[in-house]
Amino acid sequence: MLSRTANDLYWMSRYMERAENTARMLDITYRMSLLPYRIVEEGREQWAEPWAVPLIITGLVSDYYERYSELSADNVLFFLVLDARNPSSIYSCLQAAREAARSQRGAITPEMWESLNHTWLEARPMDFDAIANRGLQEFFEWVKMRSHLLRGITFGTMLRDEAYLFIRLGTYMERADNTARLLDVKYHTLLPSASDVGGAVDYYQWSALLRSLSGFQAYRKVYRDAITPMRVAELLILRDDMPRSLHACMNDVYEILKQVSEARSAEPERLAGEIHAQLHYGRIEQIVAFGLHEYLTDFLGSIGTLGNEINRQFLTPVYA
Amino acid sequence: MPEACFYNEMFLPDGSVRPHYQPFADWLAGTEPDRIAQKRAEADVMFHRVGITFAVYGEESGTERLIPFDIVPRIIPAREWLMLEQGLRQRVKTLNAFLHDIYHDQEIIKAGIVPPEKVLGNSEYRPEMSGVAVPKGIYCHVAGVDIVRAGEGEYYVLEDNLRVPSGVSYMLEDRKMMMRLFPELFSKQSVAPVDHYPYLLLESLRGVAPEGVSDPTVVLLTPGIFNSAYFEHTFLAQQMGVELVEGQDLFVRDNMVYMRTTKGPRRVDVIYRRIDDDFIDPQAFRKDSMLGVPGLFSAYRAGKVTLANALGTGVADDKSVYPYVPDMVRFYLGETPILKNVHTYLLAKPEDRDFVLAHLAELVVKEVHGSGGYGMLIGPTASAAQREEFRQRILAAPEKYIAQPTLSLSACPTFVESGVAPRHVDLRPFILSGREITLVPGGLTRVALREGSLVVNSSQGGGTKDTWVLEA
Repeated sequence: MLSRTANDLYWMSRYMERAENTARMLDITYRMSLLPYRIVEEGREQWAEPWAVPLIITGLVSDYYERYSELSADNVLFFLVLDARNPSSIYSCLQAAREAARSQRGAITPEMWESLNHTWLEARPMDFDAIANRGLQEFFEWVKMRSHLLRGITFGTMLRDEAYLFIRLGTYMERADNTARLLDVKYHTLLPSASDVGGAVDYYQWSALLRSLSGFQAYRKVYRDAITPMRVAELLILRDDMPRSLHACMNDVYEILKQVSEARSAEPERLAGEIHAQLHYGRIEQIVAFGLHEYLTDFLGSIGTLGNEINRQFLTPVYA
Repeated sequence: MPEACFYNEMFLPDGSVRPHYQPFADWLAGTEPDRIAQKRAEADVMFHRVGITFAVYGEESGTERLIPFDIVPRIIPAREWLMLEQGLRQRVKTLNAFLHDIYHDQEIIKAGIVPPEKVLGNSEYRPEMSGVAVPKGIYCHVAGVDIVRAGEGEYYVLEDNLRVPSGVSYMLEDRKMMMRLFPELFSKQSVAPVDHYPYLLLESLRGVAPEGVSDPTVVLLTPGIFNSAYFEHTFLAQQMGVELVEGQDLFVRDNMVYMRTTKGPRRVDVIYRRIDDDFIDPQAFRKDSMLGVPGLFSAYRAGKVTLANALGTGVADDKSVYPYVPDMVRFYLGETPILKNVHTYLLAKPEDRDFVLAHLAELVVKEVHGSGGYGMLIGPTASAAQREEFRQRILAAPEKYIAQPTLSLSACPTFVESGVAPRHVDLRPFILSGREITLVPGGLTRVALREGSLVVNSSQGGGTKDTWVLEA
C-alpha cells in the first residue's frame, strides 16, 4: 500500500477516535463541573477549575489563552467543540477525518465514506446555541455514536488488508493516548478538601471517570465491590479484557505492528513490544507506588516516540 | 437562431413521441408528479452523500458543487449507435496513426495533406517525443470525442479530446442513480449496460505495458484533491483496483519508476495520468511543477514505463488540426469518413478571415487552445461590444482562432423550474485503445440547463443525463 494512503487512513481513524474521546472528556468534565467545589490550594486555582482540566490534559492551555482571556465553561466548550482554529476541536477532527477519507476513497469502502461524509455534513452547520439547546450531553452522545458507527462499518465491510490494519493502528494509538490522558483527569481535579478523599464527591468523580470510558458496568462485573482508585486504575491500565484500557490498546498495536513490519521496518514493533510487556507484566501496586500521574506521563512519552517511529518507517518514509 | 428549428430528441415536429422514447413517455405520463419530485430530491441527497462533486476553479477554495443530474434519459436507438460506434473507432484509429506518423516519418506532411506549420509549429507538438517508441504505437489510450446532433438530426464531431478527457465517472454514476431511482424503467426497455467501463479501461492499460512485463502494475496519477476531477480519479482507481498516486508518491531511480509503499519501493509499469503534459516532470517540462515526478520523462523515453495518454497528443485534438481529420481518415485508412466534421474556418487563412469578420454575428469563434467553454464567442447571442472585442483579438493574432457555423444543437426534454422543457445536449463517448479499440455503448450526455444556452460545460451551469443506447 502507498505510504500516503496508510498515512491518510491512520489519521482518518485517529481523528475520529480523537473526536470521540474529546466528547467523552468534555462529558466527564461537564458532570464534574456540576458538583460543588472550592479552591483549596493557593496559587493553583486555575487547576482547580473543572473547565481548566480538559485544557491541561489535551495540552492546549496556551493555545486557549491566546484566544480567550477568561476561563469559562462556554469558552472552553466552544474551543474544544466548534473552534475551527483549534485543530483538535471536535469540529476540526471530523473535518480532518472526512478530508483524509475523501483523499482515500479508493482504499475504504463506500459505506465508510458515506458515513464519514454524512457526519461531516451534519456537523458543518452546527452552531453553539443549537448544540446547547439540544443538550450538550446529547451532542456528545451523537459524536460517540458516529464514531461507533464508523468503527462498526469498518469492521463489517472492509477487506482485512493492510489498509484495515493501518486504520485500526490509528484507532488504538489514539485511544491509548486518550485513555491515559483521561485517567489523568482525576489527578488534576482537586477535591473540595483533603477530608473528602473517599467521600461522596470522590466517589462521584471516580464513577464519572469510569462512565466516560464506558467502564462503569465493567467495573461492577469485574470487582463487585466499592469503587476504589486503585481498582479503577487497574481496570483502565492493566486489564486487557477492558477495550479502552492501555493494555488492550497495546495488545492491538503490537499485534498490528507484527503483521505490517518487515526486517527493514522493525523498530516500531520493538518499541511497541517494550511498552506492551510493561503492561502485560505490570502490577497496579507498583504503578501506584511509582505515582499514577508520573506513570501516565511516562506512558504518553513512550507512545509519542512510538508514533514518530511509525511515521518514519511506514507513513512518510524518505528514500535517498 | 430560431429556436424552433432544433432537432428534438424525444418529439417529432408534429408533437408526437419518437418511437424509441414511447415507453419512457408512457411511464412519465403515468407517474405521479409528486413521486418524481420526491425522487429528484432523493437523487440530490444521494449525490451529496456519495460525494459526487466537483471543485469549481476561481471560487473560494474548498467549494464543492454537485453537477445537476436530470432524470429524463437521453435515448439513442441501436441503429444510430452502430453508426456512431463505427465512426468513433475509425476516427480514433486514425488519430493514433496520425500521432505515430508526426512523431516518426511525417508522411502526411510529406504528402502535403496537413501543412507542416500546423503540426511542427503547433505549441502542443512535443519535439521531445519524436522517435520515441510507445507500446503498440498507441498514443491516445483514452479519447473523449464530443458529438452533437444538429439540424435534421445528423451527428457531427465537435471536438476530439485526446489529452486527459474526463466525465466518465458521471456516465457511470448517472446510470447507477437511474437504476436506483426508477428500476421499473429498465424492465420496459432493453438498455445496453455501461458498468464494465473500468474493467475495459484496466484491460486497455494492462495491454500497453512496456515490453517484457507480464503482470504489469498500473497506477492512476492525479494532481490531487484540489483538481476539479478528483472525484473521478478516486472513482476510477477504486473501480479498477489500482493505486491512486500523486507525484510525491512516485520516484525514479535508474530510469525505473517506483512508488513509496509501506513495504518499501515498488515498481510501476503503466501510469494512467490525469496530469497535463506540462506538469508531468519538472526536469523535462515546467520546472515549477509540484505535481509531477522528476525523471519520469527519461524513464518513459527509455521505454521503462508507459504513460497513458502518451505525451504530445494535444496536437491531434487541436482546433486548428481538427479540420484535417477527414483527410487523415482517407490517408491512413483509405476509408470514407463515417463521422462528419463541423465546417471550420481557419482565421489564419486570409479568405476565411475576411468571411468570418463579415459574419461574426452568425458564427461561433473559439480559441485554438481553449477548452471548457472558456474563451469563445457565440456570435448570435453576443453583444456588439463582445463581438468588437473578438474582432480586435482576431486581428491581433488570427492563428489563435477558428470559427464554425452556429449549430442548432439538438435538445432533449429536461426538468427545469417551469416544468419539463427542451434543453440543448451533446454527447461524449469514451473510446479506449489498448490491444484493441473498445468502448461502452453511449457516453456522457451533457445538457445546457439555461434556456437557449449552447454551453454544456459543468463549470458553466451544465448538467448531465443518463444516456441509453437501446439494444437491437
